Amino acid sequence: MAQIELSTIRKSFDGTDVLKGIDFRIEDGEFISLVGPSGCGKSTLLRIIAGLEPQNSGQVHIDGRPVDGIRPSARNLAMVFQSYALYPHLSTFDNIAVPLRMRRLSAIERLPLLGPLLPGRRAKERGIRADITAIAEQLDIAPLLRRKPGQLSGGQRQRVAVGRAMVREPLAFLFDEPLSNLDAKLRVHMRAELAELHRRLKATFVYVTHDQAEAMTMSSRIAVMMGGELIQVGTPAEIYNDPRDIRVAEFIGSPKINILPGRVRKDGGIDVLGSALRLACGATAGECRVGVRPERIDLGTGPFSGSVVHLENLGAEAFVHLAIEGAGLRLIARLADVRHLPAMGSPVAFGFASDAVQVFDPAGKRIPLRAEQSERVREPAHV
Amino acid sequence: MSHTHSVTLRAILRHLLLIAGAALMLAPFIWMISTASKPQTEIFSSELHLIPHQFALWDNLREAFAKANLLRFLLNGVIVTVSIFVLQVMVALPAAYALAKLRFLGRETLFALVLFGILIPPQATAIPVFLLLHKVGLLDSYAALVLPFTISVFGIFLMRQFFKTVPDDLVDAARMDGISEFGIVWRVMLPAAIPAVTAFGIFSVVAHWNDYFWPLIVLNSEQLRTPPLAVAHFRNNEAGTSYGPLMAAAMVIIAPLVIAFLFAQRRFIEGITLTGIK
Repeated sequence: MAQIELSTIRKSFDGTDVLKGIDFRIEDGEFISLVGPSGCGKSTLLRIIAGLEPQNSGQVHIDGRPVDGIRPSARNLAMVFQSYALYPHLSTFDNIAVPLRMRRLSAIERLPLLGPLLPGRRAKERGIRADITAIAEQLDIAPLLRRKPGQLSGGQRQRVAVGRAMVREPLAFLFDEPLSNLDAKLRVHMRAELAELHRRLKATFVYVTHDQAEAMTMSSRIAVMMGGELIQVGTPAEIYNDPRDIRVAEFIGSPKINILPGRVRKDGGIDVLGSALRLACGATAGECRVGVRPERIDLGTGPFSGSVVHLENLGAEAFVHLAIEGAGLRLIARLADVRHLPAMGSPVAFGFASDAVQVFDPAGKRIPLRAEQSERVREPAHV
Repeated sequence: MSHTHSVTLRAILRHLLLIAGAALMLAPFIWMISTASKPQTEIFSSELHLIPHQFALWDNLREAFAKANLLRFLLNGVIVTVSIFVLQVMVALPAAYALAKLRFLGRETLFALVLFGILIPPQATAIPVFLLLHKVGLLDSYAALVLPFTISVFGIFLMRQFFKTVPDDLVDAARMDGISEFGIVWRVMLPAAIPAVTAFGIFSVVAHWNDYFWPLIVLNSEQLRTPPLAVAHFRNNEAGTSYGPLMAAAMVIIAPLVIAFLFAQRRFIEGITLTGIK
């Protein structure tokens, strides 16, 4: 229901720059995740959008209207916090009612004792009650309305917090790591629920998380932040398959992408672990780093070899940890077929297709490749 | 065997020590009850006995209530302590909220000043405050008893420490919901801080109910006297101190506190352990 535009947002705390000029546009109805390691500034950015924190410079526009200096409540955004932030002394019903009462009742009508006696208060209360009942039905929390937050489980509190956000029909929803206090199973469940909620409400969702899995599974677009900068914005598939920076490649994906030391030759060819890849790039000769996702490593065939040092069998898939002799390197390969696991300590040959390779320069920027031939990696150049 | 033996021995020693301490603390109260129950002749007799030969508590109480308007003094005590406490809360909560949750220039300096304020004994400022009240013309009134204590630096400190433990998210959620900063203090922080407010209330009420020094200085009129002054009234009798009624009156004025403590005992201990102040 709203488009949020950020232009050159800067923020510093006590002389440290937390945000270094963020330019970003969140489209109407989009589910966007701000993802990054802790301390990258993603929560600060969310709080600036919410109006809880003033930026040092730059502007925030919501629906084309500048909102700088406007109180958080007047921006008509709703926020769900990591700790849920429910009022501990109020029942679920009253918790959800707070934003409505603050908006619909006048200051006198909100007074204790005197307020309920005023004419018109009854009708407004009835409207509030109807709205809350409707929300409670949608979120399946109707039986919990009379309980206090202390009597609810984590997942229920989460739903109440979402209800409190929904009831005011905001222009956009802001989520600040809302699932990180839940246990793993519930987190996966709530992930699906939130994505479904987004599809149903068709509202703008801005979702902050440090968990790349949450970002990958729910968002329509992901914005990866590192060190106060926006490094890459794109759909989950783009971010995963086409990272523009080695930090993005390393942050997104679990287990982590394998990074191998490589070299760009003078003719543009790339060597890795003593083998030449059938790839070329326009970069200048020198060191480079080669990334290969665990699921793109083929075990059993290929020019490289390592020994199995650890096995993680998850039932549906398995991860094989390989140590590469001489290089002091470890890498992880995903095995889809868990019935044929290599023995611990045994030597295993491996390789990877050339289109599985992502090459980064020493500064971490992606080097564009041109495939010479999309074939297997050539046999070792010198044995 | 010997181990458990030594433990029990130590336990006995420990308890003996505690009993001795308790006896020392309770002795004045027991003496008070004993004296209040004796007729004048027994009080001045040279032999020492706790249990009166002739039980005269009711006579002493009757005399105490007849000689002084004790009910009026108790009411004064209630008016003064409750007003002080309510005003202290009205000042301390917003101040503590600002010191704990708002970011502004000089906040740490201000908090250091609050801590510094705790170190100043009330007697040190008594004369300037007295002169001030004199200039304003408020001496010998309820206002003189209440106003100097409305800003409790201890209260600000205690509440600030408690508010520090309230998650910031809760304050932010309230801001998102459209509650004003003062609204946050009363609608969000106060309900969350009830245990701390209770603990502070007990400290405040006990201190001001029992205060002798300040009412003695600022009051002249008899009808404004607070309970401790009322007891002193019996001593100042020119005809010699009538100890029986004095002790009976003392019993009457400490009774409300003792009863209140018995009712709020759990809360009281909770409140103190909660704030980490011993």
